[in-house]
Amino acid sequence: MNGEGRDPAELGPRPEAEIPGEECAGAPENPVEQFLRVDRMPHIWCAGCGIGTTVNSFARALLESKINLDRVAVVSGIGCSGRVAGYIRLDSFHTTHGRAIPFATGLKLANPGLTVVVYSGDGDLFAIGGNHIIHAARRNIDLKVICVNNLVYAMTGGQTAPTTPVSALTSTAPYGCHEPAFNLPALMEAAGAVYVARWTTYHVRQLTRAMVDVFKKKGFCFIEVLSPCPTLYQRKNRMGDGLDAMKFYKEKSKIRHGAPTAEADLSKEGEILVGKFVDRERPEYMDLMRAQLAQQLGERYVETEHLVCN
Amino acid sequence: MPHADPKGVLTGVHFLDGDHAACEGALAAGARFAAGYPITPSTEVVERFAARIPTVGGVFIQMEDELAASIAIAGAVWAGAKAFTVTSGPGFSLMMEHIGFAAMTETPCVFINVQRGGPSTGLPTLPAQADMMQARWGSHGDYEIIALCPNSPQECFDLTVRAFNLAEEFRLPVMVMMDECVGHMTEKVVIPPAEQIQIYPRRHTRRPPGEYKPYAAGDDLVPEMAHAGEGYRFHVTGLTHDERGYPSMTAGAQDRLVKRLKGKVTRAADRLACYEEEGVEQAEVIVVSYGITSRVAQRAVELARARGVRVGRFRLITAWPFPSRRLRALAETAKAFVVPELNLGQMSLEVERAAAGRAVTVQVPHAGGGVHRPEDILEVIMEVVR
Repeated sequence: MNGEGRDPAELGPRPEAEIPGEECAGAPENPVEQFLRVDRMPHIWCAGCGIGTTVNSFARALLESKINLDRVAVVSGIGCSGRVAGYIRLDSFHTTHGRAIPFATGLKLANPGLTVVVYSGDGDLFAIGGNHIIHAARRNIDLKVICVNNLVYAMTGGQTAPTTPVSALTSTAPYGCHEPAFNLPALMEAAGAVYVARWTTYHVRQLTRAMVDVFKKKGFCFIEVLSPCPTLYQRKNRMGDGLDAMKFYKEKSKIRHGAPTAEADLSKEGEILVGKFVDRERPEYMDLMRAQLAQQLGERYVETEHLVCN
Repeated sequence: MPHADPKGVLTGVHFLDGDHAACEGALAAGARFAAGYPITPSTEVVERFAARIPTVGGVFIQMEDELAASIAIAGAVWAGAKAFTVTSGPGFSLMMEHIGFAAMTETPCVFINVQRGGPSTGLPTLPAQADMMQARWGSHGDYEIIALCPNSPQECFDLTVRAFNLAEEFRLPVMVMMDECVGHMTEKVVIPPAEQIQIYPRRHTRRPPGEYKPYAAGDDLVPEMAHAGEGYRFHVTGLTHDERGYPSMTAGAQDRLVKRLKGKVTRAADRLACYEEEGVEQAEVIVVSYGITSRVAQRAVELARARGVRVGRFRLITAWPFPSRRLRALAETAKAFVVPELNLGQMSLEVERAAAGRAVTVQVPHAGGGVHRPEDILEVIMEVVR
């Protein structure tokens, strides 16, 4: 499943004057605008979609963490959330379906000085890319993974994902989903992630703080963001629009930092456990590799930092 | 052209198998990153790389599957490294999507395929040459790659160096299409001093970030690269894109991009076509072969000549782009092409296409799992001249 919808921003160049912001000269500049490719606006996301909210949190986290933006790379897979890389004005890579993690692995190992963020969706990271994410967590490679979870495949029209709650309607489960869903925080903790948190797009401040946290943390970090899909998931399940989703998140969410991830299962209408569940230390992949090789090879080991040719 | 970094060059006279020689070729060419997944009969390439690279300076990672290995190398390349992966039949099938991704995003990288019998799991330990069409056409869409076919451990070294150079020059995936016999055959391999090994440098842009367009190409249709972390803040996508690297979902953008991706190779096809020929000008029959089969064919040619037949030898070194122009010219004077290969008809179809009816093309098929007997090829030669 690898569909790509029509993209209003891609139908042709827009006149300069239509770029948002330019027609209201004198208005204060939005502080996150510097992180966006405004020449690509409008974006493809639907009204009420939560992906843009997560990007806003991401931009604010970059601002707050005072990280060197030239050294941050964003890697996405395919899908609605996979389009994030295309809108963020940083070095950004829109890769193949499910393979953002192994691309990011190569990028990070060849230049460990980069802060590498993987920004993608639940289907991309946990269905087609499921094998890669568990191995990256096992290795504890220093990647910051932001998983926007909208509970369905949205780009292709609302099909069942490995996160779709039981009984929810999707375009490939017209009589209700009967498959058990993944509990993403539990899976990531079991696989070895050193930081595991879940927030929703209602919790923008907490989400920003979690992103600031992972910029500082070394190792494989995972943030799940529950994000509404009014066009597909909510419409099919008669759950209202984007605003209704905010009310739903507000009502159903329960913040419990440090809660056992085994209790973080999601259901269609049940409680949404949110918070920072895991924050632990494990040796990072490159450190382990260097220590092992130095121990075995002694002075023969040539330690490298950036593998740049020429 | 600058020469090789001496750190990776194991100068000297060695006794190596083709797999190990290919690894030394990669190191000599400047590869400092490899990602792989074990698969017979190719694994020795990365086993050697895993042993050698910590003392040269670089990284080997064994990934969780071939999909991961084939895109981890793309990540490493965009960080600045020269990178490659190695596989055989089933793994090559899994890598197809990322061969297309590398072609579309113009990521210079090398794929080494030590061919074994297929389809499916096939003959893991035995030779074939049945991935030749897959190398050319295996990923979806219209694109071009370059594929080279060594027939000895020495050429496994030489052509792997060339593969990296061509990958950098044309910014595309280049395949080294070995076979199990060449991979596991041990012979003398001479590795020259670093200053005698020419290296095509990365086509890194000299423009400042504000003036750089990642996919704007000059006369040779090959754009300049930047690496992540240098302040360019560029975008790379497997979607159809414009010169800025931005997605562009129009027939016009598709036409411009895909025609350029093909054109940068097809316009250089004659220069890229590399082959070895002997006795072809006066030949009645020309035996066209590559890889291990070329060594069996040589014996068949000798036997035929002993019987008074005017036979020429033509060996493909570049399989793709196919040296059509030269074979078309030879079709004017020869009566027939005889094409033995370890498959049931792949490159022989290209020979037939190039001959365009001016000469007859006769396959000598072999399903793989061994090599031809010279007599099998001889028999076809004698039938053709009868």
